[in-house]
Amino acid sequence: MTATNTPVTAPAATSAPGGLVKSVVELDRVVIRLAGDSGDGMQLTGNRFTSETASFGNDLSTLPNFPAEIRAPTGTLPGVSSFQLHFADHDIMTPGDAPDVLVAMNPAALKSNLSDLPGGGLLIVDADEFTPRNLAKVGYATNPLEDGSLEGWQTVAVPLTSMTLDALADSGLGKKEAERSKNMFTLGLLSWMYHRPTEGTIRFLERTFRRKPQVAAANIAAFRAGYNYGETTEAFAVSYEVKPAPMAPGRYRNISGNQALALGLVAAGQRSGLPLFLGAYPITPASDILHELSRHKSFGVRTFQAEDEIAGVASAIGASFGGALGVTTTSGPGISLKSEAIGLAVMTELPLLVIDVQRGGPSTGLPTKTEQSDLLQAMFGRNGEAPLPVIAPRSPGDCFDAALEAARIALTYRTPVMLLSDGYLANGAEPWAIPDVESLPDLRVEFATEPNGEDGEFLPYLRDPETLARPWAIPGTAGMQHRIGGLEKADKTGNISYDPANHDLMTRLRQAKVDGIAATLPPTEVEDPDGDARVAVIGWGSTYGPIGAACRRIRRSGRSVAQLHLRHLNPMPADLGDILRGYDRVICPEMNLGQLALLLRAKYLVDVQSHTQVRGLPFRAAELAAVIQDVIDSTSGAPLAADPTGGAE
Amino acid sequence: MTTVELGMPAEGPIADAIAASVETQGEKQTVLKAKDMKTDQEVRWCPGCGDYVILNAVQSFLPSLGIAREDMVIVSGIGCSSRFPYYMNTYGMHSIHGRAPAIATGLAASRPDLSVWVVTGDGDALSIGGNHLIHTLRRNVNMTILLFNNRIYGLTKGQYSPTSEVGKVTKSTPMGSLDHPFNPVSLALGADATFVGRAMDSDRKGLTDVLRQAAEHQGTSLVEIYQNCNIFNDGAFDLLKDPTTGPMWSIPLEHGKPLVFGPDGASCVVRDESGGLRIAETNQVDAAEIVVHDVTRQDPSYAFALSRLSSQDLRYTPMGVFRAVQKPTYDAMMAEQLDEARTSSPADLDAILTGADTWTVSA
Repeated sequence: MTATNTPVTAPAATSAPGGLVKSVVELDRVVIRLAGDSGDGMQLTGNRFTSETASFGNDLSTLPNFPAEIRAPTGTLPGVSSFQLHFADHDIMTPGDAPDVLVAMNPAALKSNLSDLPGGGLLIVDADEFTPRNLAKVGYATNPLEDGSLEGWQTVAVPLTSMTLDALADSGLGKKEAERSKNMFTLGLLSWMYHRPTEGTIRFLERTFRRKPQVAAANIAAFRAGYNYGETTEAFAVSYEVKPAPMAPGRYRNISGNQALALGLVAAGQRSGLPLFLGAYPITPASDILHELSRHKSFGVRTFQAEDEIAGVASAIGASFGGALGVTTTSGPGISLKSEAIGLAVMTELPLLVIDVQRGGPSTGLPTKTEQSDLLQAMFGRNGEAPLPVIAPRSPGDCFDAALEAARIALTYRTPVMLLSDGYLANGAEPWAIPDVESLPDLRVEFATEPNGEDGEFLPYLRDPETLARPWAIPGTAGMQHRIGGLEKADKTGNISYDPANHDLMTRLRQAKVDGIAATLPPTEVEDPDGDARVAVIGWGSTYGPIGAACRRIRRSGRSVAQLHLRHLNPMPADLGDILRGYDRVICPEMNLGQLALLLRAKYLVDVQSHTQVRGLPFRAAELAAVIQDVIDSTSGAPLAADPTGGAE
Repeated sequence: MTTVELGMPAEGPIADAIAASVETQGEKQTVLKAKDMKTDQEVRWCPGCGDYVILNAVQSFLPSLGIAREDMVIVSGIGCSSRFPYYMNTYGMHSIHGRAPAIATGLAASRPDLSVWVVTGDGDALSIGGNHLIHTLRRNVNMTILLFNNRIYGLTKGQYSPTSEVGKVTKSTPMGSLDHPFNPVSLALGADATFVGRAMDSDRKGLTDVLRQAAEHQGTSLVEIYQNCNIFNDGAFDLLKDPTTGPMWSIPLEHGKPLVFGPDGASCVVRDESGGLRIAETNQVDAAEIVVHDVTRQDPSYAFALSRLSSQDLRYTPMGVFRAVQKPTYDAMMAEQLDEARTSSPADLDAILTGADTWTVSA
């Protein structure tokens, strides 16, 4: 065990059935990784363990990691799917750099994950799967359970598959079908080990398999068998307790980024009173937003699964023209396809939400892995001068607020808004304080219903002097007929104009409208509890957690560091330049090759130091802390000792 | 009196805005004249373009539908024909190349109370926008698509189009084009379009007749309009327009009438042994063998066979309505699903934010 999860209390002996003496160790935090074949149900198991943990009251953060193939050949390395969960008795910010416990359901899962498990960590494997055939599939010449190569870890080989089959001998299920419950057996064992509540999982299984009572019963039996096995076996002498984390009073639920984003969109529809229209084409990792929204038709939400990405955004533009809140959801490749249509929305100045759940690129790239490499595409990926607001959520739960903020900007300024989520936020989950509906922003809009011209005519491009937004007059409104389109508009009238001076004016007006949003943004929050930091770390999007965790480590080592995290990437907050210029050094960690750093350097002439990584995975807090520490020490001259706690969050 | 049935009225702020406008502007005006449909914008097609004739026909015909101007929306793509919305005093969007059917789908699906029209060309609808066209047709979204087919790219100055005949010599094909053309009517029927018609730009009566049936149809209507480009493809339809050759080579389609055409009704359409249709000499066949035109056949293969009679040089071209069948529209079905959802579960935002599993931290 590392210092990170030193027992908080000495082991307390308890008596288990059968006279076995078991001890309970209290920990402040645990990172568990479940790894298995894509068909083993690791994501489901992870999600259930997460729900149990959430309802128990721990703070938590998750990292699902799965291949793009739905079912790669069984037992192979490309087919390995994993789920990492970090839970603690205090507030945490990341899914954990490395697991304390690794559950490997087969040799492939062991081989592809073992290098991440620190020495001494707990390793639980399904012994039944370590057959010569499965070992050969992944290139093990000898069985690692027997050749001594796992001596550096606390290895527990459990015959998970055969014990599941034994438990389900009377279930009436065939061998193949019964075997599929081994993930529930494993979940039961882990639930015992970490004192998780079990009622939620039983209710979940009953609900999920309500039309297949036999399967429900089998899964519940396997789950209970796993739990009881933990309680009675000599293989596990210790169970662990992680106390609930103190959280602000309120109602909580567990939520993933895609769920939060979809609910934020429904809320935006409700708070604006406008029908929500989603035009989308299925794409990983954004499809869950389409799935979630399609379940909320009672809110007047129309979801249109279009023939392609372009039709997705085009239909949303058509709906916006008709007075709906038009939304399109996609990932990077889809944004590439939608670019021309987004330009049309810039030109026609219609409200539109463009959600980009970023993934590894270029091209098809890494469909199921995370990256932040679409920032420059969001900013500039259109022909002509086509500015649009860009915002990014910082955590799964924050996707809800980001969706509402995107809608506020789109509706107020009559502009497409790009929201940059990513694969980590989309699939990752955390506890979320359920907001009070009445406290959500009022997004009501005023449609134009009367001519605004001096001669009683309607001028569709006569702007609001404050926001520079043009009037939104929707079909059906009498006396307001007008034509809009992609050709350059004459100022005020919106008629086609090729006049040089008019084009120059309109280009600058479109830019000024977007730039003007900065004036309405709150002052930038700088987190610098010591107040004397000379080094600042700036980030955007899903790196908030790892950067925050790294900064905490830095501060525990006696150093000062300031953290800034941008919600608004275009326009950036008005005070940002002055803030950045106030620090000796500015570090910008990003999961791309330095896109925000490029913008900051260009815009503010600040010598931002870029720290980048594109591994398809979030940053590790320890690595970021090392980078920040180096910068601080080279700035201040006198190196201090490292974080004495070894990296608790 | 309106002859076109529009869908359920809008609700919420949209309905409020419409009501407010009616209050200040007066009741919705449905008694209109051709001049009411014109805008103050100068029409900028080449002198002599077939688009002028179509514009005049549409401006004259639309008032007869009894729909207020503000309830009509014309969406277009890119190309000469797509300038159309600027000249119509309705709501309009001149969008981007090929995407008009997709934009119109979003509009029609969320606003069933509007009369939605798409104006497009052979390049716009069949080349860059081919995908949107076929998917719109199969979904049967309530809109009327006017496809101006001049068999050439006009706005980019004269390249061959997806409807140009094989061997077409143009700027981009100095040795003749190689690709086989689409027959837009066949393509639409292949996508199971519920309404498909064809008309000639210069035939005001025939065009108006097809447009009326298209407008009255519930679902997606596709009307192919042969349109002369006098600059880059002049005379493309002369074979059908010429007073001498026209009657020889066009087959007028009239629902319920035998398919007889040509001078003195010398030619007719009969069943082919292979299952399709063929041209015969009327005096060589038994009157009972002559096919009686029926636009309501559910199976599109009859209408498809009809569309295949014509060759790429336009001999034996059926003109009129090929198919007009009733099928539920996408927008109406979508509205029904929303109503059904509202009935079975009320819209409770707090309930969905809360979800199934929660816990409470007390102060």
